[in-house]
Amino acid sequence: MSLVGIWVILIPLICGLAAFAVGGRSSRVIGLIGAGLTFLLSGLLVLHVWQSGVWIYQLGGWDVPLGISLRADGLSAFLIGMTGAVGLGISLYAVRYFEALTPGPSQDPSAALRTGSGRGEESGAGDSPEAERGGTEVWLPGASYWPLWMLLWASLNVLFLSNDIFNLYVGLELLTLASVALIILQREQAAIVAGLRYLLAAFLGSMAYLLGVALIYADAGVLDLGLLADAELTGTATQVAGGLMAVGLLLKAALFPLHFWLPAAHSSAPAPVSAALSALVVKGAFYLLIRLWFEVFESAGTVSVEQMIGGLGAVAIVVGSFQAIRQERLKLMIAYSTVAQVGYLFIMIPLAGSFGDPEASWRFEAWTGGLYHALSHGFAKASMFLAAGVLLSALGHDRVWHLAGSASRFPVIYLSFGIAGMSLMGLPPSAGFVGKWLMLRSAVESGQWWWVVILLVGGLLTAGYVAIVLSQALQHDVDEHTEPHPVPKLMTVMVFALAAMSLLLGLRAAEPLELLEIGAPFQTLMSVVED
Amino acid sequence: MDWGFWLPQIMLFSSLIPALVIFLLRDEQFWLRTSLNLGGSAVKLVLAGIMAWGVLAEGRTYEASLPFLHNQELVLRVEPLSLMLVGLSSVLWFITTIYAIGYLENSPNRTRFFGFFSLCVTATIGIAMAGNLITFLIFYEMLSVVTYPLVVHRGTPAALAAGRTYLLYTLGGGVLLLLGVIWLQVLAGPVSFESGGAIDFLVDDHRTELIVIFGLLIAGLGVKAAIVPLHRWLPEAMIAPAPVSALLHAVAVVKAGAYGIVRVVYDVYGLELSDQLNVLLPLALFASFTIIYGSVRALGEFDLKRRLAYSTVSQVSYIALGTALIGPAATVGATVHLIHQGIMKITLFFCAGVFAEARNIHDIREMSGVGRSMPLTMSAFTLGAFGMIGVPPLAGFVSKWYLGLGSLESNAPWVIVILVASSVMNAAYFLPIVYKGWFGEPHEEIEVVEAERFQVAEAPWSLLGPALATAGISLLAGLLAAWAYSPLSLAEIVANQRMISP
Amino acid sequence: MSEFLIYGLAAAALFAICLHGIITRTHILRKILALNMMGSAVFLLLITIAERNQVDGVADPVPHAMVLTGIVVAVSATAFALALARRYHAQTGHTELHDEDGST
Repeated sequence: MSLVGIWVILIPLICGLAAFAVGGRSSRVIGLIGAGLTFLLSGLLVLHVWQSGVWIYQLGGWDVPLGISLRADGLSAFLIGMTGAVGLGISLYAVRYFEALTPGPSQDPSAALRTGSGRGEESGAGDSPEAERGGTEVWLPGASYWPLWMLLWASLNVLFLSNDIFNLYVGLELLTLASVALIILQREQAAIVAGLRYLLAAFLGSMAYLLGVALIYADAGVLDLGLLADAELTGTATQVAGGLMAVGLLLKAALFPLHFWLPAAHSSAPAPVSAALSALVVKGAFYLLIRLWFEVFESAGTVSVEQMIGGLGAVAIVVGSFQAIRQERLKLMIAYSTVAQVGYLFIMIPLAGSFGDPEASWRFEAWTGGLYHALSHGFAKASMFLAAGVLLSALGHDRVWHLAGSASRFPVIYLSFGIAGMSLMGLPPSAGFVGKWLMLRSAVESGQWWWVVILLVGGLLTAGYVAIVLSQALQHDVDEHTEPHPVPKLMTVMVFALAAMSLLLGLRAAEPLELLEIGAPFQTLMSVVED
Repeated sequence: MDWGFWLPQIMLFSSLIPALVIFLLRDEQFWLRTSLNLGGSAVKLVLAGIMAWGVLAEGRTYEASLPFLHNQELVLRVEPLSLMLVGLSSVLWFITTIYAIGYLENSPNRTRFFGFFSLCVTATIGIAMAGNLITFLIFYEMLSVVTYPLVVHRGTPAALAAGRTYLLYTLGGGVLLLLGVIWLQVLAGPVSFESGGAIDFLVDDHRTELIVIFGLLIAGLGVKAAIVPLHRWLPEAMIAPAPVSALLHAVAVVKAGAYGIVRVVYDVYGLELSDQLNVLLPLALFASFTIIYGSVRALGEFDLKRRLAYSTVSQVSYIALGTALIGPAATVGATVHLIHQGIMKITLFFCAGVFAEARNIHDIREMSGVGRSMPLTMSAFTLGAFGMIGVPPLAGFVSKWYLGLGSLESNAPWVIVILVASSVMNAAYFLPIVYKGWFGEPHEEIEVVEAERFQVAEAPWSLLGPALATAGISLLAGLLAAWAYSPLSLAEIVANQRMISP
Repeated sequence: MSEFLIYGLAAAALFAICLHGIITRTHILRKILALNMMGSAVFLLLITIAERNQVDGVADPVPHAMVLTGIVVAVSATAFALALARRYHAQTGHTELHDEDGST
């Protein structure tokens, strides 16, 4: 049982390598086994933390500061659990999705490749230069998908479990490389441009973070998060380091105005990849920032800096939502929605920060609320991107204004889209409501009324773009110039399952919230909340 | 087995589960869907009967608490006040289901319609049984969402535009309500519904805040209760199919708003505290203005459903008005009108739907002489209309009588003027329809169309039956008002529980 | 101490120059090179720290380990970026990032 945290990293890694070694179409079997096992192990880890508290493992038996430790507290378990569940859903969806893309003897290759770039017409194996030049090698996006997706999953778990700021850097880099490789899976020009932009931006972010790591080490002489939290970090070098790390991570988490790379990257990837990027990868950088902010640099944050980050979050909500409303393509709309939702996450910083009474319980409330919002966004956004993928596969396009009347053909898809939208809006009963409720409470309690306004207005703006899609789909007149392609049932089921999760987590929030408390910062404040 | 714990939950699930199963069906699976619908609503009806017996005869309270957040539970409770809305929705859901099956059975997207229809009832039952503020909020917002697909069901540009207006208003109202609830909870901790309210202790330190919060809560609820100036979505939403209009107006949406106002005034703030904060007079004034305004606008509408919609705007505010008056009779009038307005208005909407289906009549000017070929429908319509006007011994008379008594009791005689003016205008916009319907000259061409379409006397029984049933109920509710299990008796129990000890 | 300061300042200057390069240069290759150099700047700083933290005349091994790992990561990331840039060039003939509609 005590090794479960190791296996949750190793299994996807091993399965990824195996899938790479096997190659071809059978790689998906290994990928699926890996996804199932990782899901189970993630569940076991959550259970372990739930029952026996914080899990710590010293790699190779060496103690810190010399050795490197892995650690899972409630927050890590919470996010690993989310990744496990969302990851399993995405994997099951991806099996069918890439099967439809794989040019096989029984299938028509020209009808196969439908990508998120809105250029569904000019697709097919011809997009791949190798295939053009060699003529013998057939490019199978599905075969490359599984190793990379397993690598991405493993690096997410590395990120959530590492307790060492340099190890975290390695995890971040692995995550970036896997993400970019997945974005360009279909070798389309738009995806390559988006992928290159993403790579450059994320690489820059990593460098800023790494410089921060170096400076912190110069100051404190340790890398372990726990030791750093105990150390008195007050020097100028540490402050500069904190700033560099924060900027680097904000770039990776795509907080406005550092979000420029996100919409193209998230929307031009294949649907299962878009879902993973928006639902999970962005949370990776966010998680790390939250860890450092509230556990390592706790004393360093000043009210003005916190308010400024919250302010950027507020601008992200407004700008992202308005951009989403303006988009004509569904996947871009959903990607801009991610920009806005990331803004919500960062409202947590001023709310849980040093504004007002440092011993007040609202800080802990905001912290849990923000993380619960991250959880709900994970499920809801994955469901939305996968839903867009179904529409794209079936209709060959994702232009919002040509979805008229498609609700009667894809009732479950739009039902799921609506449920996911509810969660993003923060309407009860949904997980998004729980997050919003806690953050709103915190804002009212601490008297930071400006965040109350932003949180509420943001919900209405979200309703704006969700309603655009739904009202198009519910139209009576059907847009007839596209004959829908049959879509495997499993894909639809997964879209619905993820949306349903975002609903169920709103009906029974007590246990996940309790999980978050294990080993959380603000230990002194929790007793106040319990009363 | 602890029935007090399980009954409220089964009550919810009796419509939630059919809804979820219906979503999985295909449009053609008529019998399965119909038996699910009827089965669910029959179960709900029986459960409502059992709980009514328990509450009224044995004085029991059914309560279920489920963990939700840290120190926050979801509470479902059935006591006399919740029983009123529970009973109303159970009975009317059953009748409306029959009507809807007859009305929609050949139109597209039936699965979607009946699925959301059942969800809508689930949300309403949840609102009725909510035992604390957050449970109420959750079901209230759920209702906003699940009625949207029903409003836009026809998918025409007009329906979509109405849907947008509807969403804008209800989500905006939801935001105000959410803010009010959170603010109140921050001040007072978890707020549960208790007769007489339980937040008096805040009045010394937070007087202004309490007033602002009251305003937020009432504004949020006033959107659904269609209090002017928040009423505009309601006439727009008339574009929806007739069963939806009936449900929106009589049971679900407007009642949710009005019921919420009753809850906030009586069970969150309590009459005493509300009086102390001087918030009741503004509420009474808004309600009075809405009563007059709705009636005036109804006079100017010639589309039958729109006239009925403005009539609803006017009539629902009787509830808010009665709530804002202090005195047992006013409380009785307000709460009994929750039920009476529901059964009367649903009768009228059923009839409007029958006219539209059987004769393609949408405008009241086309109704001339329709009573000769459709005497049953017209009779039901007449009963509903007379009830609305307040003709004794119909249900509407009982409501107005108690409201009038209440206004004298609470030293607000000006309210009588409002009631009389409103009744005069009710008569002015209903009587001409009734008169022309019975005694006007019929349009002949309509007769021919009708004879070809239906082999029956005037309309399919699945449409006519529900209209007659609700008309009968509204007659009985007035005639048997003194019976121990009548809505009036229930309202008296509710009022007794909430009396201020002088 | 001043010796370390010089190295440290050099690392900072290199980092700043590379940042400037990434932002102002449009050629993809130059951007990638600048990022790679940025990594070197951090490695320089880490080596300086290792020298500064000497214990009994032996340099601190931890920064050295970090540099080694960092180099591996940087090499793979650079190689990946170069491969991507090549494919982009092969497909479009451009050496600067353009969206499909021509904007940069």
